[in-house]
Amino acid sequence: MDQQNVHDWIKDQVQSNDVVLFMKGNRHFPQCGFSAQVVRMLDYLGVDYKDINVLDDNDVREGIKTYTNWPTIPQLYVKGEFVGGCDILTEMFQEGELQQHLEQKDIAFEKRSAPA
Amino acid sequence: MPMEAAEIEALIKAKLPDAQVTIRDLAGDGDHYAAVIVSEAFRGKTKVQQHQLVYDALQGQMGGALHALALQTSAPD
Repeated sequence: MDQQNVHDWIKDQVQSNDVVLFMKGNRHFPQCGFSAQVVRMLDYLGVDYKDINVLDDNDVREGIKTYTNWPTIPQLYVKGEFVGGCDILTEMFQEGELQQHLEQKDIAFEKRSAPA
Repeated sequence: MPMEAAEIEALIKAKLPDAQVTIRDLAGDGDHYAAVIVSEAFRGKTKVQQHQLVYDALQGQMGGALHALALQTSAPD
């Protein structure tokens, strides 16, 4: 796939799924600590999300970096919009901002705060 | 090749001269770092924009040579 096709494919994924996580490995078997951490947060909040393993396809792995001009993976998209990578999501989760963001975007989840 | 902490700090300071940069080697292996960066340049920006400024400073190393750099950014109090 050329870059335009990859970007079109990514766009289709993030627009047809409310919550999409581009990650290394999958939700059941993350293959990077940063990806694992985001999976733990989303699962803890009971969010329904689509996981896409960038290790399965090098075009996607490179394409997702240029799609949002964000060089690292994982990347979380909610309603088509990039929210952040692991560090930002962790900070947001601990401050309750991730939960607020999901609520504002009408995403169903269990209203729990971060464990102390 | 992993990068040295001093090299990471120099790149960040070249782009953000006022930045206070603290880098920790998380695993002691010269490959897993955490950086805490405080700069006026971050004021009024979203976290995504703040991290993007740092990524720009790192000139394409992030995601490549620098796989494991945890970032924490903020404006001075």
